Amino acid sequence: MKNRLRTAVALGAASLLAVSACGSNDDGAGASDDETISIVGFAVPEAANKAIAEEWATTDEGEGVEFKTSYGASGDQSRAVESGLDADYVHFSVASDVTRLVDAGLVADTWDDGPTKGIVSSSVVVFAVREGNPEGIETWDDLIRPGIEIVTPNPASSGAARWNALAAWGQVIKGGGSEADAQAYLTSFFNNVVALPGSGRDATTAFLGGTGDVLMAYENEAILAHQNGEEFDYIIPDTTMLIENPAAVLEDATPKAQEWLDFVLSEDGQRQFALTGFRPVIDGVEYGEVEGANDPANPYPDVPNLLTVETDFGTWDELSDKFFDEETGIVTQIIAASGKGE
Amino acid sequence: MTAVAVPRGRSARRRRPARPGGLSRVSGLGLGVAMLWFSLLVLIPLLAVVVTAADGGWETFRAALTNEQTAAAIRLTVGMALLVTAINVVMGTLIAWVLVRDRFVGKRVLEVLIDIPFALPTIVAGLVLLSLYGNDSPVGVNVANTRGAVFLAFLFVTLPFVVRTVQPVLAELDRDAEEAAASLGASRFTTFRRIVLPALTPAIAAGAALSFARAVSEYGALVLLSGNLPFKTEVTSVRILSSIENDNLTSAAAVATILLAISLAVIVTLDVVQRRIARRG
Amino acid sequence: MAEPVDAAGPADAAPADGRRARRGSRRRRPRPAVGRYVQRLIVVAYLFFLVAWPVSLVAKNAFADGLVDMRSILDDPDVIHALRLTVYVAIVAVVINTVFGVGISILLVRYEFPGRRALSALIDLPLSVSPIVVGLSLVLVYGGRNGWFGPALEDAGFQVIYATPGIIMATVFVALPLVVREVVPVLEEVGIEQEQAAWSLGANAVQTFRRITLPSIRWALVYGVVLSLARSLGEFGAVKVVSGNVLGETRTATLVVEEKYLNFDRGGAYATAFLLTMVAVACIVVVSFIRPDEGQP
Repeated sequence: MKNRLRTAVALGAASLLAVSACGSNDDGAGASDDETISIVGFAVPEAANKAIAEEWATTDEGEGVEFKTSYGASGDQSRAVESGLDADYVHFSVASDVTRLVDAGLVADTWDDGPTKGIVSSSVVVFAVREGNPEGIETWDDLIRPGIEIVTPNPASSGAARWNALAAWGQVIKGGGSEADAQAYLTSFFNNVVALPGSGRDATTAFLGGTGDVLMAYENEAILAHQNGEEFDYIIPDTTMLIENPAAVLEDATPKAQEWLDFVLSEDGQRQFALTGFRPVIDGVEYGEVEGANDPANPYPDVPNLLTVETDFGTWDELSDKFFDEETGIVTQIIAASGKGE
Repeated sequence: MTAVAVPRGRSARRRRPARPGGLSRVSGLGLGVAMLWFSLLVLIPLLAVVVTAADGGWETFRAALTNEQTAAAIRLTVGMALLVTAINVVMGTLIAWVLVRDRFVGKRVLEVLIDIPFALPTIVAGLVLLSLYGNDSPVGVNVANTRGAVFLAFLFVTLPFVVRTVQPVLAELDRDAEEAAASLGASRFTTFRRIVLPALTPAIAAGAALSFARAVSEYGALVLLSGNLPFKTEVTSVRILSSIENDNLTSAAAVATILLAISLAVIVTLDVVQRRIARRG
Repeated sequence: MAEPVDAAGPADAAPADGRRARRGSRRRRPRPAVGRYVQRLIVVAYLFFLVAWPVSLVAKNAFADGLVDMRSILDDPDVIHALRLTVYVAIVAVVINTVFGVGISILLVRYEFPGRRALSALIDLPLSVSPIVVGLSLVLVYGGRNGWFGPALEDAGFQVIYATPGIIMATVFVALPLVVREVVPVLEEVGIEQEQAAWSLGANAVQTFRRITLPSIRWALVYGVVLSLARSLGEFGAVKVVSGNVLGETRTATLVVEEKYLNFDRGGAYATAFLLTMVAVACIVVVSFIRPDEGQP
């Protein structure tokens, strides 16, 4: 017995040595600083970025450039950069994640002065429903029918989840309603909510796992899910919110990062985004068929009434205070009230 | 098992160890090093959290406590953790008993099962619990978006604790006292209650403290299953996350500090209770 | 399967739950108490529904498309690096926790000093801290830009947060009490007589430790190590915050699982989780194998 123990310990020590010998070489050997760009972004564009990088490598500017990448939830990534995570180029899902870095002095406040106002990819809020749409959900009013179960990510714990609540509010105003009407709508809406998972992806998982009749989703996530074999339908309502994902180059970034950003905003870059489910932010991008969309030949139909932050809500900071302030935000209070009600 | 044959009949009965000695130079140095490591790793970072909370003054604490949603979340988290701990105490002891004292085919498989919840990344735990006990449950047990989900997730991640703390003590336990009691006519229940249980109490209490602590901090496994509904299934970790997302670090730190205080209180209470029980046996 | 008669005595047949105890003592029972079967059934059923079935689902989903997912995982150099990093971090964390765990256990049980009870209570605290807060607290102190010690450390060339040392620290943090809580009850149970006997016979501290203390806590230590290892392999939340998740550098296996999940690559997520679990199971099986049957006097 004692020998067995000794053998086990010896094996353990040996494997420890073996592992550590080949394990912890952290440094990417060789690449000089000028030729390495650190990308910190939110999770979904990872595939697109990889494809864009491959295309860029065939051009003069992009040849020989290496990438260090980090992907995760948008808010987490932004806070990480603020706390010291190395980054040259950041791509987040909401503007507030960039302004956090502007406030920390890491990004110039001229980041959104360009022709696309700092936005590099976009999408729209859609309804995801079961295959065949058994409940016949087509409009915003259908969502507040009694008995309809809604799944939406939690606006309190996820910045990216706020697009959904904004869309729900904005469509009332756009349709001619008053703020009081919008408040009433949102109250009914959140009374029908049966789950508030922490993030968009968690919400999709919960929905695909059987929760709810309709999921407040993003078009790009729905398309990506389809491309990976998930089965459900999605509906683009007549009035919906434009989701704008910003990107920025940091103040002390390597100069190559700016060239990268320029390429991302070019036709070639935007095409890759289009192929993975995002709506291009410049005109005239040719992308052929996009697998996974409702109609691959026309994947990004025009939305009759498109809400945007700029035209309907002012600035992201303003709407953050008005709707999502922890104590006094309109949406925050409605969510809390819906929990207390039953 | 040990080299020196010292009568160990007394070990079945809880007794105080011989009076611990004061610190010698070597052990004093050891304590110093251990304390330094513990401080750098745990105490100072936790202190940083408390200090951040204190930044907002007493107002922040009060605001965090009186915020109804947060208070409800804390009540749910602590209440559920206590319930799960109570269950673990019973089931954990039972499982440890079966693993140590019983013998049957396949017992080794059970051994391996117990530690697995621990090694599973919490996302995966959440995913499989969702598919088995959510809307599409093959056994018709659907706890999705109910408090049952919180209960289930807590139960899953705290499984190993009482079992693993009781097992080694049970294995070391000397049977002499139990046999003596039995031969004197004591029923099995009495034997268990007056001889075995007091000896196991410190181990059970240690496991219970771990179980409570772990349950209170759980987040990943329940995030898919519980739905985070305010006042119903929202746990404290979600509230903390919300505050962080709103760049309200002071609030987040305040809630975290409150939870730390509650955990500390429970741990200390368990320690006091187990000493009382041990003294009586 | 016939239950072998226990030579160890009637106390063996005593069920843990008194409700099913047979009254009165009996020697040499020819048949085991019904209570014993009920016990076993309860335990097996509990463990099946709570653990075995969910975990088997991980395996099922990992191989839902055959070996495709496994192969794509093992072919991806970034994933291999993540797995190696995880194992490395886990082993280092376990070693640190074991050394300090045993040391602190001995100090807590065998010595008297001011603040002993306080330290004992504080030891459990790390486990009760939500992973988000663990990460937050470490960043607050060791973060490179705004931390208490971080900037000074980084100026000296030692990066903690968003580098491997930070990952190790977070992992040590979350598994800290495990070894201590395993060893302390056993140390208390075993008592100090043998050590005192050894001292009076002239053994010094190291000899006493090696020949008396260590063997007596051997199995508690083993359980503690296995638990710590399992926890270190599976830790996700705290590591997520402090690692920065840089592909090929600071991304661990649990972060790989999350990334695959976020990209709708369910097969890949399960495959990686399966690998992680297998590593943990392998350690547990090794332990179970070298352990003798329990119940022997």
